[in-house]
Amino acid sequence: MDVSQYLEIFIEETKEHLQSLNEQLLVLEKEPDNKETINEIFRAAHSLKGMAGTMGYKRMQKLTHDMENVFQEIRNEKMKVTSTLVDGLFRGLDALEEYLDNIVNNQDEGTNDNQDLIDLFQKELQEGLSGGAAPAPAASETPAAPAATATAAVAADSTKDLLDSFTLTEQEKNLINKARASEQQAYIVRINIQDTCVLKAARAFLVFKAIESVGETIKSMPDAQAIEDEKFDFSFSVVVSSKKTMEEVQAAIMNVSEVKSVDIALIDESKCETKTAAETQATGAAAAASGAPQAQAKAPTTASKKPVVNRSVRVDIDKLDDLMNLVSELIIAKNGLVSISPADLVRDEKNSSFRDQVEYLERITTNIHQSVMKVRMVPIESVVNRFPRMIRDLSKKLDKKMELFMSGEETELDRTVIDEIGDPLQHILRNAADHGLETNAERIKAGKPEVGSIFLSAYQEGNNVVIEVRDDGHGIDVEKVKTKALERGTITPEQAETMSDKEIIDLLFRPSFSTADKISDISGRGVGLDVVKTKIEALGGSVECRTVLGEGSTFIIRLPLTLAIIQSLMVVLGNEKYAIPLGSIQTIEDIPTSDIKYVEGKEVINLRGTVIPLVRLDKILDVPDAKQDQESLTVVIVAKGDKQAGLIVDDLIGQLEIVIKSIGKYINNSKMISGATILGDGEIALILDANTLV
Amino acid sequence: MADNNTVASTLDTTQYIGVIIGNEQYGIDIKFIDNIVKMQRITRVPKAQPYFYGVINIRGEIIPVMSLRVKFGLEPDEFSKKTRILIVKPEQQAPVGFIVDEVREVVNLADSDIDKSSNTAEQGSFISGVGKHSKGLISLMNIAAVITEKEKDAAAI
Repeated sequence: MDVSQYLEIFIEETKEHLQSLNEQLLVLEKEPDNKETINEIFRAAHSLKGMAGTMGYKRMQKLTHDMENVFQEIRNEKMKVTSTLVDGLFRGLDALEEYLDNIVNNQDEGTNDNQDLIDLFQKELQEGLSGGAAPAPAASETPAAPAATATAAVAADSTKDLLDSFTLTEQEKNLINKARASEQQAYIVRINIQDTCVLKAARAFLVFKAIESVGETIKSMPDAQAIEDEKFDFSFSVVVSSKKTMEEVQAAIMNVSEVKSVDIALIDESKCETKTAAETQATGAAAAASGAPQAQAKAPTTASKKPVVNRSVRVDIDKLDDLMNLVSELIIAKNGLVSISPADLVRDEKNSSFRDQVEYLERITTNIHQSVMKVRMVPIESVVNRFPRMIRDLSKKLDKKMELFMSGEETELDRTVIDEIGDPLQHILRNAADHGLETNAERIKAGKPEVGSIFLSAYQEGNNVVIEVRDDGHGIDVEKVKTKALERGTITPEQAETMSDKEIIDLLFRPSFSTADKISDISGRGVGLDVVKTKIEALGGSVECRTVLGEGSTFIIRLPLTLAIIQSLMVVLGNEKYAIPLGSIQTIEDIPTSDIKYVEGKEVINLRGTVIPLVRLDKILDVPDAKQDQESLTVVIVAKGDKQAGLIVDDLIGQLEIVIKSIGKYINNSKMISGATILGDGEIALILDANTLV
Repeated sequence: MADNNTVASTLDTTQYIGVIIGNEQYGIDIKFIDNIVKMQRITRVPKAQPYFYGVINIRGEIIPVMSLRVKFGLEPDEFSKKTRILIVKPEQQAPVGFIVDEVREVVNLADSDIDKSSNTAEQGSFISGVGKHSKGLISLMNIAAVITEKEKDAAAI
């Protein structure tokens, strides 16, 4: 079967399953008895195996199969979760990721058999089982094992195996008991489908139909949804209640074509002993309670096992980009209409309705824009969810106890930003773990909790998304940075004298600057923070660092919510027009010239108790013919973090939704200009990057 | 690097747009020319290199405009009715506009009409060869050199 067309889906889904495995394993490590987690892991591993098998990736399938065996025994409580086991499992996941990478790159899983891992799992399995409470010789065979092995196991003690292979929830036990009360029998049935079968889900559907004709389905493994999605190998198991005999049920199912074999076993009472008095309740229940209530009860069972199915469609990002470009064009065209509509068209009634229509159009384009933007938004979770695992590994590697606390994972960012932000964040986290946090001994000495904490929090702030990475380590030693900078000649002694702490910390973002005394393979080579900064600035964001010696440091990353279309304030300087992103504007003030004060020769104003430096844009931008010597100045107050600046402009035009376009790479740009936009009349206005002016 | 010569050698004749800059005629390989537009309002970009006059809007695309006169060290442009902006699209790079005094004609040059060795010292780097045709000589512009040599030039001015 040609499976190449499913390759993309396979890759996407495998990534999801691996991520989920990673997350669940972390939980399992902390709570080895968490049933729900073990089930979750088992399901993910199982799907993974099935998918790899379908795609013909045998090595991947083999490895997942062995991992699944381990999970199976943990699930059946025959094995204990140990730290070495979890380590091994994590290594297994890494190996699977490696396979996946190979598949992504050259559509081949590679040749690494990872035999050592497989051996490890089998050894663990042996040891775990022999040490376990209830050794079961045939139990290492999983119910959903590939068809070949399954048939081999069928012959001998398949009945016992079959009965051992599943567990029932209280609810299901009740159902079985209820069924028994109405003279029915409960059977566990394993259906093996021929491995040449193409439409497994359809076959399974027919099997369920056949079962319905003789009795009721109580439970299926994997669950109904998974079977429908073909997430099973060539066999699946069903718990059936029926008035018919075992043979009759078996025959009914065998009637379905392409079914290879049907194993069936009677579920006796011992399997259904309920902890509560449910049994008496069940017997007391009317015999008629078989049809409708059962169907009702079945629904919540499946619902509780499987989270609500996500109603979503995967869309190629390129298609979204196209859509976005079209929306941009629409907005430019709309701006064109807006710009010709006012003065010359208001006079008669007919034209005022034209204006109504333009306003209507404006509303619609704004809404379309927002909708398209929302479609492109992805929760930041998809980036940060790999960090707990990373911190766990770092913790082991560095031999420091630490914990990562994350909040605001649901905060959404544009897809393009999400794709780029992973590496910078990872870098900052590594820094925090390696340099930020002290060793456990040092922490105890400093009177801090032994376990270091790293906090990653994301939240929206106006038109920006803020991501903070905070650690409670020893903070950055400003003096040490200063000494280092002097040593390296980054700054002169004179400069060092006048620099504020903040400015000195900003030195850390300079290329090849590191204060680490020794280089580790985690961080410290000094190629880091400047790359972080460049990357974040390329995304239109900013990064700053705050630190308190002895208490820890915080890296604050600000990112724009959207990249392509923004609301801006249009201003006039001389006879040029500029756009200032609304997101960075705080207020607009009229300041009499007499209110300007001087601090260190620089112009400032005292605005409601805050001293704000003034920036004469006409000077900075070399604007010819700017207005001179006015009595009152129009000042746009912009902010970056908690720093403010007042930009002096000649005039204000108003608010406008603009489409950001690049001015290309040819022109040497002083970074003050972040791009350009086309106005309604075809004229170009440059967009000022307020961040660089503050 | 996109070199006119390589193209000329594969075809019998190559078409060049003949333009006037100062008192010299230059030829630009027609395959790089995206559009020729009349002089229009150029939006100044602060702190740009002196030979970049700014950006213009060509059908919704923002294109930087360069003065070849300033780039070649001649007197700054005096815009006239004949002034044109050539939108040039070098291979694998974004388009850029060249301001020229006049666009005159399309010149067909055979390979044999091009003298590649006559790189003159003064503006050598901007020229890939000299073409000979009925009305005289035509300097063939090396587009890649004109647009990539920005750092050196910016430092010199």
